[in-house]
Amino acid sequence: MRAARWEWLPPLGLVALALGVWEGWVRAAGTPRWLLPPPSAIGRALLSDRALLWHHGGVTLREVLLGFALALVAGTLLAATIDASRTVERAVYPLVIASQTVPIPALAPLLLIWFGYGLLPKVLVVALIGFFPICVNTVDGLRAADRETLALLRGFGAGRWTRFRLVKLPGALPFVFSGARVAVAVCVIGAVFAELVGARAGLGHLLTRSAAQLLTARVFAAIVVLAAMGIGLFGLVALAERWLLPWRRYTTGTGGR
Amino acid sequence: MTEGGPARRDAGCDPAAPAATPTTAPLLDIRHLSASYREGGRTLPVLDDVALTVGGGEFVALIGPSGSGKSTLLDLVAGLADPDRGEIRFGGGPTTAPGRLGRAAYMRQRDLLLPWRTALDNAAVGLEAGGTARRAARAAARARFSEFGLAGFEGAYPGQLSGGMRQRVAFLRTALLRRPLLLLDEPFGALDALTRAAMQEWLLDRLDAEGDRRPAVLLVTHDVEEAVLLADRVVALTPAPGRVARVEPIALPRPRRRETVTDPAFVRHKGALLAALGPLPGSRS
Ligand SMILES: Nc1ncnc2c1ncn2[C@@H]1O[C@H](COP(=O)(O)OP(=O)(O)O)[C@@H](O)[C@H]1O
Ligand SMILES: [Mg+2]
Repeated sequence: MRAARWEWLPPLGLVALALGVWEGWVRAAGTPRWLLPPPSAIGRALLSDRALLWHHGGVTLREVLLGFALALVAGTLLAATIDASRTVERAVYPLVIASQTVPIPALAPLLLIWFGYGLLPKVLVVALIGFFPICVNTVDGLRAADRETLALLRGFGAGRWTRFRLVKLPGALPFVFSGARVAVAVCVIGAVFAELVGARAGLGHLLTRSAAQLLTARVFAAIVVLAAMGIGLFGLVALAERWLLPWRRYTTGTGGR
Repeated sequence: MTEGGPARRDAGCDPAAPAATPTTAPLLDIRHLSASYREGGRTLPVLDDVALTVGGGEFVALIGPSGSGKSTLLDLVAGLADPDRGEIRFGGGPTTAPGRLGRAAYMRQRDLLLPWRTALDNAAVGLEAGGTARRAARAAARARFSEFGLAGFEGAYPGQLSGGMRQRVAFLRTALLRRPLLLLDEPFGALDALTRAAMQEWLLDRLDAEGDRRPAVLLVTHDVEEAVLLADRVVALTPAPGRVARVEPIALPRPRRRETVTDPAFVRHKGALLAALGPLPGSRS
């Protein structure tokens, strides 16, 4: 635990140093506030605009959480289907991989046309972006199931579903979590992008509106909140993993002892 | 070379036999068994015309060099595959692979504990896989934890257990199934010599403790001493493809202990089996 706390020191020190240089340079050069506000001004914006940031942040967080949940459910379900059926694997899996060549943010305007300015198109963009890492990782996890263990359970009289429930699914969970950790970070990006295309609320919306008004400190404040949201969600997923998969602590290395 | 006539002294004790089976049939009766693997268009013969019987409560050891098809034979008996030729009978007529699934309790070479399950849940998984409710399976496992020298480790994950303890959890998982036949594939192969000796005695004690519910055992090993020390009968296989090279009934009295290895009869059995196995790499005679 103590070692973990020390690990934070170098990056924090680096950030502090960068902020200090930034502050000093902007002041010394007399850079106009609308062009590049100093960190102190961004800090003040974070405080004075907290109601605004809270409101729009809440909107974005809701889109992220709903989209992420949708990606998690759809991604794992499709992965299970791909794993269960050779036919589905042959037909669908190449499409899942190929879907990554479609720039999903480019779909945002389409979704805007079809579903309007509300919550739904944002949730869909977020889900589309988060879906891929979750699905691909889960497929890998299900495939990684030990063949001998599966044979052992067959010998105990376990059918296909029981083998899935007792061996494949729990064995794939660490892979699901790796996928989810990646997904949750890109989901925040997805939500902001969907809001940039067209929205009435959310941090992406606040970002564009503030930039148009040259409220640059507020733009930075919104970016800080977004970064914090991404890091926080990532941390929550990692925490859930530690809590739900306590056995992972004892399986370092080759699985023995 | 095939085994001599059908076993006579095996008769009369056959808890797994379906109702209408003649009581003279052995528990497990393997005839003319041949098997092969196909890999990339080529056929690799693994077992060739093997005959083997195991009577109720009997302890049979199967020895042979690595690759002689011992594990394959257990897979076939367990119902994980069907042979190319030959029959596998369970106290009756020939069976098919699906019909054999779950009839014997199979313990494979690797302990195959599930890393995400505690020792208790791992011991219970065999019953659970067979359809027993989770609660009941756990209760049955818990009741026998101290008997297997595992008391206090119910909540430990496999990653926290020593090799010997992991092996005992795997044993308990197998024993809980209460099958009349145990298939054990080199259960002590990965253990150090001392743990291994202790586990061999422990296994004999466990079997004796079962009384008239004592299961039959088909034990695969590549250790001739282990085979002679534990078994009523030892079947030696030739190098691949495995054929029966010798069937050696072991006439040593029970209970057997470590000291048994110095018995002249023990040494004779061992010599006969080593001779039947032929010149092995790294061994004399
Ligand atoms: N699933 C498999 N596919 C192809 N070949 C196999 C397979 N399992 C075992 N073999 C081969 O069959 C032979 C016998 O294997 P096995 O039954 O494990 O022997 P043993 O247990 O006596 O060492 C070996 O040459 C092994 O490589
Ligand atoms: Mg083997």
